[in-house]
Amino acid sequence: MSTPRFMRLAAAAVLLCAASQPLLAETIAERAAPCLACHGDKGVSETPDIPSLGGQPAPYLLIQLYLFREKQRTVDIMNEMTKSFTDDDLRNFSDFIAKLPAPPPSTDAGEPERMARGGALITAHRCNSCHGLDLAGRENIPRVANQREEYLARALREYKSNTRHGYDGVMAEATQPITEAQIADLAYYIARFR
Amino acid sequence: MNPSITARRSILLAGTIAGLFMAAPVFAQTPPAAAPAAAPAAAPALPPGSPLIGRPEGNADAAKLAPVAAPPLAAAADKLPTAALKLPPGFNIEVYSSGIPNARSLRIGDKGTVFVGTRFGNKVTAIVKKDGKTENKTIAEGLYRPNGLAYRNGTLYIAELSQVSKIENVEDNLDKVNKPTVIYSDLPKDEAHGWKFIAIGPDNKLYIPVGQPGNNVMPPPTHGQIRRINLDGTGMEVIARGVRNTVGFDWNPVNKQLYFSDNGRDWMSEDVPQDELNRVTKVGEHFGSPYCYQGNLPDPEFGWGHKCSEFTPPIALTGPHSAGLGLRFYTGSQFPAKYKNAIFLARHGSWNRTNKFGGDIIVYFLNKDGSVKSSEVFISGFLVDNKYIGRPVDVEFMKDGSMLLSDDWNGAVYRISYGKARTASR
Ligand code: HEC
Ligand code: HEC
Repeated sequence: MSTPRFMRLAAAAVLLCAASQPLLAETIAERAAPCLACHGDKGVSETPDIPSLGGQPAPYLLIQLYLFREKQRTVDIMNEMTKSFTDDDLRNFSDFIAKLPAPPPSTDAGEPERMARGGALITAHRCNSCHGLDLAGRENIPRVANQREEYLARALREYKSNTRHGYDGVMAEATQPITEAQIADLAYYIARFR
Repeated sequence: MNPSITARRSILLAGTIAGLFMAAPVFAQTPPAAAPAAAPAAAPALPPGSPLIGRPEGNADAAKLAPVAAPPLAAAADKLPTAALKLPPGFNIEVYSSGIPNARSLRIGDKGTVFVGTRFGNKVTAIVKKDGKTENKTIAEGLYRPNGLAYRNGTLYIAELSQVSKIENVEDNLDKVNKPTVIYSDLPKDEAHGWKFIAIGPDNKLYIPVGQPGNNVMPPPTHGQIRRINLDGTGMEVIARGVRNTVGFDWNPVNKQLYFSDNGRDWMSEDVPQDELNRVTKVGEHFGSPYCYQGNLPDPEFGWGHKCSEFTPPIALTGPHSAGLGLRFYTGSQFPAKYKNAIFLARHGSWNRTNKFGGDIIVYFLNKDGSVKSSEVFISGFLVDNKYIGRPVDVEFMKDGSMLLSDDWNGAVYRISYGKARTASR
């Protein structure tokens, strides 16, 4: 683990109580500061395994925060963060985070061959008919464009093995025919999407 | 579109539907009127469970449609749409309980506890009324899509995606309910049409559907059926096949036959196939899916080599993509006499249609022989300007003859009664 990541996480841990147990006068921006310490304050995460949140539609965020609180999506840190959230907290955090700017288009053109393979998989599996031609999501469907590559690959693997239960079952179905090698190409392509 | 227009249109359409169906025997000789062209078969590698299977390529209007997911949080009590709903004269609707996210199947215990299942959550809730107060108690949690519930003699049966469990003496102490014990788990794990409605028949057996694992797929022999088991989980028997996805059934109190709703396939067209109301007259009957829909419409892909006459036709067509879910026969005495032994069906409402259809409760009145005589929309107004302000899922009748109705969009249960409104005194 690199030092900067460790320091960011340590700082976040100190602030944890701040996010999960609001002081009366705190604004949502103040309460969300520890969230952004991990997730990146400009919508882009710089930490491996922690997803960027910028550009996510509010309904998707609300669903995921709900799933974390109810432990239907099990990730210790996020289950802990949302444990004592009220329904209004869930709504306020989703609305606030939904305003973060989307990650900018990738500057890395990627290896042409892998990009071509990834793009072909997206079309063949109709990923873009739900996630949008721009992969920016809508409503309950997340933005995936320019998400961190290792996170994308893990998300797809977890849907496929049913260790990440989605809200509805569509991603479990969508990932069934996809092989491990294809997951790598998909994540490579989506992370470098432009 | 205002709600009353929606209601009127629904009634009109219901009439058309009855007409269409009565013409069905004639269709045996004439080609079905509206059979659309088959989707191109060249579509690559979509998994069988994908809701996109069968969707026409390159059609911008079709591309706008996707399943509509209910919000995860229940609406606040003062935001519920009861005032916008239309009921026949003399009927009242009130909120029975709110704050139950994604409230789906309903069952009532002998002591009056109302049990609520859910598809997107992981809990079973008990609504308890005591001293004028309403409390929602979580009685089981950590479950996976516990949509289906059944109740008999003190025991609650819970159907998750791929197993059925029971809690004995469930009403004895609702604050300290035992963990469910699994009685049956020989079920597939598919997400597509995997969430379940269950019910116990007059034969004291538990009926469990196994949906077709995708929109338009050839189901393996384990799928596309209704099974029944003994209440201890033994003695499995398939009693109906060709069932695409039923999410509601009940038994006719007169002839004891099983009547079930079944949802037709998506992406064939906006208007066909219609969903079905079926009845099982003998064990093992085949109801057509995936070969034939609505009794007279061969599937463009799987219908080859088959005739619709090989299969048991529906007794009523319940509207295009209307998603008829929970249904019950009315055996109470509070509602006017014409409703006695009629079927109340909750139509969740369409997603696979440009102009949404359904989102109401429709009543089917039966002839002496158990066939459908006529239908009438009972509650409408959930669909406003082509958007849902609520979505009905299941109906259940209380001992006093009043009706409970679940709304998974708002996470609420409503009570519908006939006669003088009782809400005012509360
Ligand atoms: C210590 C670091 C950390 C903190 C603090 C943190 N998160 Fe997270 N968050 C994560 C990780 C790691 C994941 C990825 C979970 C996974 O592996 O699936 C995540 C996932 C999420 C997701 C799901 C994203 C997606 O694309 O599905 C949301 C939404 C989210 N966090 C919101 C928040 C909010 C709101 C807060 C503050 C209340 C917060 N997080 C605080 C580490 C953190
Ligand atoms: C039928 C619509 C549909 C299709 C097709 C689909 N997705 Fe999804 N996808 C969703 C929904 C809805 C979610 C959110 C599920 C949840 O609650 O976890 C999601 C979630 C995801 C996530 C997780 C994002 C995050 O931030 O955690 C990734 C990655 C993803 N999809 C990639 C893909 C890829 C790659 C494909 C094609 C192979 C695909 N999707 C096809 C609807 C779809």
